[in-house]
Amino acid sequence: MNELKELTWQGLWKNNPALIQLLGLCPLLAVTQTLINGLGLGLATTLVLIGSNATVSIIRNWIPNEIRIPIFVMIIAAFVTIVQLLMNAYTFKLYQALGIFIPLIVTNCAIIGRAEAYASKNRLGNAAFDGLMMGLGFTLVLVLLGTMRELLGSGTLFDGANLLFGDWARVLTITVFETDSPFLLAILPPGAFLFMGLIIALKNVLDEHMERLFAAPKEQKVVQRARVTTES
Amino acid sequence: MKFKLASSPHQHAKRNTGQVMRLVLYAMLPGIALQTWFFGWGTLFQILLAITTAVVTEAAILELRKKDFERAIQDYSAVLTGVLLAVSIPPFAPWWIIVIGTFFSVAVVKQLYGGLGFNLFNPAMAGYVMLLISFPVQMTQWLPPESLSQYPHNIWDAFYAILTGYTGTGFSISQLQTNIDGITMATPLDVVKTSLMQGSTYSETIGHSIFNSALNGVGLASMWVSLGYLAGGLYLIKQKVINWHIPVSMLAGLVVCALFMSLVDADIYPSVMFHLLNGSIIIGAFFIATDPVSASTTNKGRLVFGAAIGVWVYIIRTWGGYPDAIAFAVIIMNMAVPLIDYYTQPRTYGHTNRKRVNKPKS
Repeated sequence: MNELKELTWQGLWKNNPALIQLLGLCPLLAVTQTLINGLGLGLATTLVLIGSNATVSIIRNWIPNEIRIPIFVMIIAAFVTIVQLLMNAYTFKLYQALGIFIPLIVTNCAIIGRAEAYASKNRLGNAAFDGLMMGLGFTLVLVLLGTMRELLGSGTLFDGANLLFGDWARVLTITVFETDSPFLLAILPPGAFLFMGLIIALKNVLDEHMERLFAAPKEQKVVQRARVTTES
Repeated sequence: MKFKLASSPHQHAKRNTGQVMRLVLYAMLPGIALQTWFFGWGTLFQILLAITTAVVTEAAILELRKKDFERAIQDYSAVLTGVLLAVSIPPFAPWWIIVIGTFFSVAVVKQLYGGLGFNLFNPAMAGYVMLLISFPVQMTQWLPPESLSQYPHNIWDAFYAILTGYTGTGFSISQLQTNIDGITMATPLDVVKTSLMQGSTYSETIGHSIFNSALNGVGLASMWVSLGYLAGGLYLIKQKVINWHIPVSMLAGLVVCALFMSLVDADIYPSVMFHLLNGSIIIGAFFIATDPVSASTTNKGRLVFGAAIGVWVYIIRTWGGYPDAIAFAVIIMNMAVPLIDYYTQPRTYGHTNRKRVNKPKS
């Protein structure tokens, strides 16, 4: 149980793949023009992570150490293909909106990193849970970044929710403000870098703040000076 | 014999930052005055807005960073950034353009990198690039010189147009953009770029009314504004606020490219004078590229830095998507500054070997 708690904490905050490991930045920066795009890619990545982590964990004792990386990549590619076909079948519009970045999940270093660093050394249950938490941590950042960019760039939220959830979800779209001259920088790639930097800075500030709040007051080191010279 | 206890990039004039920045601001005055004369009062309002935003932003962020903001405000660097940005944007651009741009320049480009002296990029130009790619419509609404304008506008028109988008008499910005023939005007660089793309030759293009027929492809207003900034720039060199290396090499880089290409095919590639006196190359060479923080710090490095900016300006103006390119060129070369500085380190005192290896002489 403690292990699971630790995995949750690591995946969502302390070792967040996007904010701390800074892995998988290419899809992160490229698809987060809107919240829904970010959520879609985040969920796809999470599914792949769970699948690949579980599979790697199951067969970890039979993988020859020398060729483990190609094997990991093939496992990941298999799961990406599954997810891609599923999205093609059920969320076709979103599949088109995300485009090349779905197949590119294969090259997301966060996934192969987890296979190498955790799944190939741990039990099935833990490995799958680690995949889930890492995936959720990644999704969280994608959604946050998507929210900021969509809000500033086009003044809406949940635009295109119907791509992911079906037609009823059109009602979810919120128009926060309307403008004739949108802040294009937020939608363009440089804006993604800027906002990513801001989110990382915010996390560091929060960390520092929490550390100061919860850190036990350090015991003052008492130095006793011994007299080395004699009075004379 | 007099020994100077200084190695490379230290300035020897006994001026503090505030004095240097103020001198640069004074040197801009002739250019600003001519710009106001030809393009209306908008520039002055933009400068006022920019200075206010820059100072307020600088003070707020310094307060957040727990620095002594009164001293930092007195160095006038934020004011200069604001003024440089304000003269770069169209004079009748809506007020929020300059506010957002100046805020971005001071807060993100300068203070987030650590404040004055630590910014990698020229703050004013980075702000300009941000505005240009974010708000392309507002950032390209250049007015014709007042003598060619169909609707004359006064100081109140400028004031209302910046605040509301309409002049006091109810004309919109796009109406103000039309010339006496009722055709929307653009800048000289814009006109040439557009008609060259449509297949006209350069000599046909410069028959356009924005060009002075006697000057072979130079807009009269652009020329006077450029000359105004040239005078200010020469004054700065004489006062030793800036070195001659960057302006001279930058103009030389552009002139060499323009001369070569116009000799190759004068029908497609505009003349040297066209490149020198239109657009913002002069203010760029003397006031923008010479920013002591983000430019190269060695003399040899400054020559490379300036020349490369000149070449980039020519490349982007001729084959790029935008008519003018000072901001992009300066930003690109800002990125190369650490490399340039690394390869142009001056010889250390006492070392004769060029590779700076201390070999014993035997």
